[in-house]
Amino acid sequence: MNKPFDSAELSADDDSLSIINVSRRSFLKEMVLGGFVLAAGFPELLRADEVAPVGTKYGADGMPHGWVDNPLVFVAIADDGTVSIVCHRSEMGQGVRTSLPMVVADELEANWLHVRVEQAPGDEARFGNQDTDGSRSMRHHFMPMRRVGAAARQMLEAAAATQWQVPVAEVRAEQHRVLHPATGRSLGYGDLAQAAAKLSVPARESVRLKNSADFRYIGKGQLGIYDGRDIVRGLGQYGIDTRLKDMLYAVVARPPVFAGKLLRYDAKQALKVPGVIKVVELPSTPPPAAFNPLGGVAVIASNTWAAIQGRKALKLEWEKGPHGNYDSIAYKTELETAARQPGKVLRNEGDVDAALAGAAQRVTAEYYAPHLAQAPMEPPAATARIVNGHCEVWACTQAPQLSRDQVAKWLKLPVENVTVHVTLLGGGFGRKSKPDYVVEAALLSAAMNGKPVKLTWTREDDLQHSYFHTVSLERLEAGLDDQGKAIAWLHRTVAPSISSSFGPDSKHQMPGEQGMGVINNPFAIANLRIENPEAEAHTRIGWFRSVSNIPHAFAIQSFVAELAAAAGRDHKEFLLELMGPPRKIDPRTLGDNWNHGESPELYPIDIGRLRRVTETVAQKAGWGRQLPKGCGLGLAAHYSFVTYIAVVVEVAVSEAGVLSIPRIDIAVDCGPQVNPERIRSQLEGACIMGVSLATLGEISFKDGAVVQDNFHSYQLTRIDDSPREIHVHLLPAPTYDTPLGGVGEPGVPPIAPALCNAIFAATGQRIRQLPIRDQLRKD
Amino acid sequence: MTEGDYRMTTLNINGNNHLIDLPVDTPLLWALRDALGLTGTKFGCGISICGACTVHIDGEVARACVIPISAAVGKKVVTIEAIEQDATGQQVQQSWLAHGVPQCGYCQAGQIMAATALLKHNAKPSDADIDKAMSGNICRCGTYPRIRAAIKQVAESLEIKP
Repeated sequence: MNKPFDSAELSADDDSLSIINVSRRSFLKEMVLGGFVLAAGFPELLRADEVAPVGTKYGADGMPHGWVDNPLVFVAIADDGTVSIVCHRSEMGQGVRTSLPMVVADELEANWLHVRVEQAPGDEARFGNQDTDGSRSMRHHFMPMRRVGAAARQMLEAAAATQWQVPVAEVRAEQHRVLHPATGRSLGYGDLAQAAAKLSVPARESVRLKNSADFRYIGKGQLGIYDGRDIVRGLGQYGIDTRLKDMLYAVVARPPVFAGKLLRYDAKQALKVPGVIKVVELPSTPPPAAFNPLGGVAVIASNTWAAIQGRKALKLEWEKGPHGNYDSIAYKTELETAARQPGKVLRNEGDVDAALAGAAQRVTAEYYAPHLAQAPMEPPAATARIVNGHCEVWACTQAPQLSRDQVAKWLKLPVENVTVHVTLLGGGFGRKSKPDYVVEAALLSAAMNGKPVKLTWTREDDLQHSYFHTVSLERLEAGLDDQGKAIAWLHRTVAPSISSSFGPDSKHQMPGEQGMGVINNPFAIANLRIENPEAEAHTRIGWFRSVSNIPHAFAIQSFVAELAAAAGRDHKEFLLELMGPPRKIDPRTLGDNWNHGESPELYPIDIGRLRRVTETVAQKAGWGRQLPKGCGLGLAAHYSFVTYIAVVVEVAVSEAGVLSIPRIDIAVDCGPQVNPERIRSQLEGACIMGVSLATLGEISFKDGAVVQDNFHSYQLTRIDDSPREIHVHLLPAPTYDTPLGGVGEPGVPPIAPALCNAIFAATGQRIRQLPIRDQLRKD
Repeated sequence: MTEGDYRMTTLNINGNNHLIDLPVDTPLLWALRDALGLTGTKFGCGISICGACTVHIDGEVARACVIPISAAVGKKVVTIEAIEQDATGQQVQQSWLAHGVPQCGYCQAGQIMAATALLKHNAKPSDADIDKAMSGNICRCGTYPRIRAAIKQVAESLEIKP
């Protein structure tokens, strides 16, 4: 790509020294590098199930727009010394708006108290990949952000050295100042900023990173979250809080059944509701759903309540469409039927049928996990306005560039004419990766001649029209020899695929879904076959924090406990035996070419690490200790998002069958720990989300439509139901040159099986269907 | 209710009187957020079971999403934006920060309002008291253990001060 001489930028593809003509606040300068129109889809999730071609890019390099480490893009320094650092990833509670700028500040030797964080608008060509998904923010951007800070520090040091006419080796940056110890002189960053901005950005090879012993913030977990003070005073600005002059408010009535259509509507009564201004039909699009709005009828009003009341007054007639009979009870039977017959073979080692036939003992179990809704506390919301052919959007989005591309596509504008401002997200969990609601806001603004329109999803909208976590049936069959050792393993996994939302329904799980614990099952069993029979999708399938790891880990880790019980052996010892000896497995040898988008060389499946978290959590939880009647411990271990997690749950089940969870221990090996305090908070939260989906969460369908419509029917764990104590055990962190693992998601999958294993230990009752809800109740 | 069948409603919010030009059955939540721009009080469910909209009305916890503005007339409404003016409220905020309670933070205004009301009524809440007072507030991010610890720390410090 040809770049103008004076606007070249360092990027993943550019190793040359750039000569940059910078202004004082140069990181605000628009630099157009050519518009990439990002195709919808997930290149790494959808990669064909064949060996990855030569030149495959992994990690951050494999994500659209990769990474950027140009300090001029991410850092600006004002005359008063205030350092502004750009955060290009969306903040949804994982702490990224604190942690990534913290990395820059540390290498920059900036004093955190004088740092401002600025949220990047959607512009991946400028900032690198912004799609905040897949537990990737820190593992992909840790090193680029270190280089950003270090390069900026070197520029400040160079500026000071020039001013003092001393060799640059004689100066050093320290906490917002550059010092010349030989003469005792120092200059603050504010005094140096203008001069530094005139210098060229150091070539990547000459960027000197700190010795980790000199970290002030990285690895310490001492900083509170950047927005903490605002949040506790009610000043945090979320997508739903956007306010613009002359803004209108809208809600949309959407087809109750996925792919259904509006037949006719009558807005007469709606238009009489005080505050209602206009009623507008939104087009639906034929499947696949992709990120398209679902269509329907919008009510636009002068405040949110008027819009909601107006919508209630609409008379609507819908055609149900092809999925009008979707019924979860009937569908479960379909899944079971499919699972009880052979299906597409994903992996086949040894001779499972012969080994099963010759086994001393055979154990079979089927595990069912229903659809889930992410249900972030802030429902999807977005505000859009269009002025002079430029659309500006404010959205709580995990996918700023995708939002921008989709709005541009739907409004038929060049991408450069769309600006997406990213607000705080009141939770995401995968729902806000899909910008259908952002497009809706843009279309409604267009319908109002560009006036600003805030589009709010009510809780009913969020629960009835989400991109739901899939529904699945996992059938497992194993054979044990007369020593109680597993010698045969047959796993049939049946679930509608995320890919059905983005293309023709293949009815099979795609490589990314297979690679979430199914195909990359690392157990050392000589005879192993994994099959994936067909399952058709009847709703929008999307991703929910940790995705298909949830049903896969639920089934596999529950089944391990069932096998151990059948063999009369200690569960932990049985699990460790299944894992096999410490060794590193190339995931490609298991048929997994996805490996969470990471290089198999940098991220082999390390059984030593999996064993270590298992041993650690067992020891910390007092595995094997005697417990009173009705109490029990359950164990599960799972590798996902290239991080290793093991969990012990302690339960107490009363005579009447009331479940309580006194304690959860969770051991985490995520590699280097950049912000241990936020790692802990993420893992605590993952435990509770895991408990919630295991005990209460179910989205079910009847006559094509979602049954649940608010938190009375779609229940979530509250403080009185949550584990009384959660103990997070971070394994000793390795050095910072070790590849990082993901943190946001891996804590979730092992919770449901550990909980059910604990219930089994406590009561002898085996739960194979989620949610647990009233299955234990005796009254 | 017919079109035009409303009057201007005077509400006392955070010590100030405001004239609200909305139908009298409009929930307080939307008067706060849309009419007054006080967006600290959040929308989560609209049926008073998630707690995101928690305010104080005459010192008691109230869920603003189901309280029509007509029912708030003549009462003192306090929202998250003003809770730092309350000594207990300020301690709750500080304890929240010291314990790193918020993750996404969206539910925390409601949590802080509920916790402040609890501690103003009961300076030594037991675990069961905390459960009861806080179970109306959902946190999807799972900050409950830290909420509990933060409340207990405020209780301890309230105990020390006479």
